[in-house]
Amino acid sequence: MDTEIAALKAENESLKQQLREQGQLPMSLEEFKRYGRQMIVQETGGVEGQIKLKNSRVLVIGAGGLGCPCLPYLAGAGVGQIGIVDNDVVETSNLHRQVLHNSSKVGVLKCESAKDVLVKLNPHIKVDTFPVRLDYSNACRIFQGYDVVLDCTDTPLTRYLVSDVAVNLGLTVVSASGLGFEGQLSILNFKNVGPCYRCFFPVPPPPNSVSSCQEGGVIGPCIGLVGVMMAVETLKIILDSYTLDNFKPFLMQYSGFPAQSLRTFKMRGRQATCLACGENPSITRDSIERGHIDYELFCGKRDYNVCLPHERMTVDEFQKSFLKTAELNHILLDVRPRHHYDISHLPNTFNLTVKELRDMDGDMSQLKREIPTVGAQSEVLVLCRHGNDSQLATRILKDQFHLKNVRDVKGGLFKYIDEINPAIPKY
Amino acid sequence: MVSVKVEFLGGLDVIFGKQRTHKLNVPSNSGEEVTVGTLIDYIVEKMIKNAGDKCVFIENDSVRPGILTLINDTDWELEGEKEYVLEDGDIVSFTSTLHGG
Repeated sequence: MDTEIAALKAENESLKQQLREQGQLPMSLEEFKRYGRQMIVQETGGVEGQIKLKNSRVLVIGAGGLGCPCLPYLAGAGVGQIGIVDNDVVETSNLHRQVLHNSSKVGVLKCESAKDVLVKLNPHIKVDTFPVRLDYSNACRIFQGYDVVLDCTDTPLTRYLVSDVAVNLGLTVVSASGLGFEGQLSILNFKNVGPCYRCFFPVPPPPNSVSSCQEGGVIGPCIGLVGVMMAVETLKIILDSYTLDNFKPFLMQYSGFPAQSLRTFKMRGRQATCLACGENPSITRDSIERGHIDYELFCGKRDYNVCLPHERMTVDEFQKSFLKTAELNHILLDVRPRHHYDISHLPNTFNLTVKELRDMDGDMSQLKREIPTVGAQSEVLVLCRHGNDSQLATRILKDQFHLKNVRDVKGGLFKYIDEINPAIPKY
Repeated sequence: MVSVKVEFLGGLDVIFGKQRTHKLNVPSNSGEEVTVGTLIDYIVEKMIKNAGDKCVFIENDSVRPGILTLINDTDWELEGEKEYVLEDGDIVSFTSTLHGG
């Protein structure tokens, strides 16, 4: 009995000793084990670097093609607090590139779907979710409390907003984008000294030159690589690998085709004339939060609504009046890009894009070369994917070719598939 | 005459027959030095086949907003923009800004 008590006492003492020793450690033994492989890379600064990561707070805006590959590396590396802003839900068409989500998450909020994976990956970190669309009224409130912001968004409008708010709150931004097989990456407002998005792009691009992933397409691993590179840059910022002395503004350009290449361009510094971070800034936290900076007006919008009501028809009318009739005395013109058309299309259609029509400059002989039966009185029905380009094409056919009976199909092929014929492949 | 390499990145190649890099001999105007400004005029006049495509590259007499111009991998803002005098072997890159995420 006595020996048993003595043994228990000894064990108790040894456990107490272990606890005392652990209490003096900056993190748990499990965390030492977990981060060991990166801590022994000298560039991370070992335990000291790991503590920097543990104490860091990173906000990721967008849990899509860039956010998904980036987030697990931040979580895995032990970034102590990760915020995710995204109000979209997972769609099947996201899954080829947004690899944090999976088929069972279709319809679930992307920020919650991502959080699910991250907290399982690393239980030592905290993940906050913001299922809202970032705008001028909520951005400052959301950004507060974070050290680094990752811009994984997909429109010029949010890119200007993220940069402006970060400048005003003194946060460094890791900004990236991708489309097709290309990607770009930069660090903005580094330690509140480096150039911001407006320094690089004081004037926004014309709206019709901006293409989205939905429109232009995107290769999963190409944008994924850029997302992973964002994680690398974020770790370097947190680990103080970049300093005010050694940081030089840059923009990286990745291309997946034809041969993979990664270029680093040397970029301009902060611009004295910049409206956000220059010498006399007019974009302040107050002016942003009051809605005085009109981002929508600044970035503009494409105007697709160029057809009058009588120049348009519903998919229902399209089906009843034209597709069901036996004889073809009308012309069906599909104006989607050729490689879209090749994926799926309706029978008995011609395929000419808006650009091809525009390039004909209203020359009927060129149009007849493509559509031999076309004439001024022909009944022409135009459709595209969603009913935007078809309106532009209708305008060109009526105004430049002077065709009298042209109408576009509202909502395009995809609405037709949704409402009338779900057997046609939608992509 | 100066011989340079020109690149069209970020999807800009679509208005240049889908060809990303071009080797050019840019003639000088009456013996003057060939600047990046001269090169831009040359591209607009000689290389963009379709008049309707010019607005993709140029706006208000300069490179369209949203296109970055780089001279030997350096932002042209640091190199004198249109005034930069080209030398044989220079690489001038134009890249459209991407926005997808």
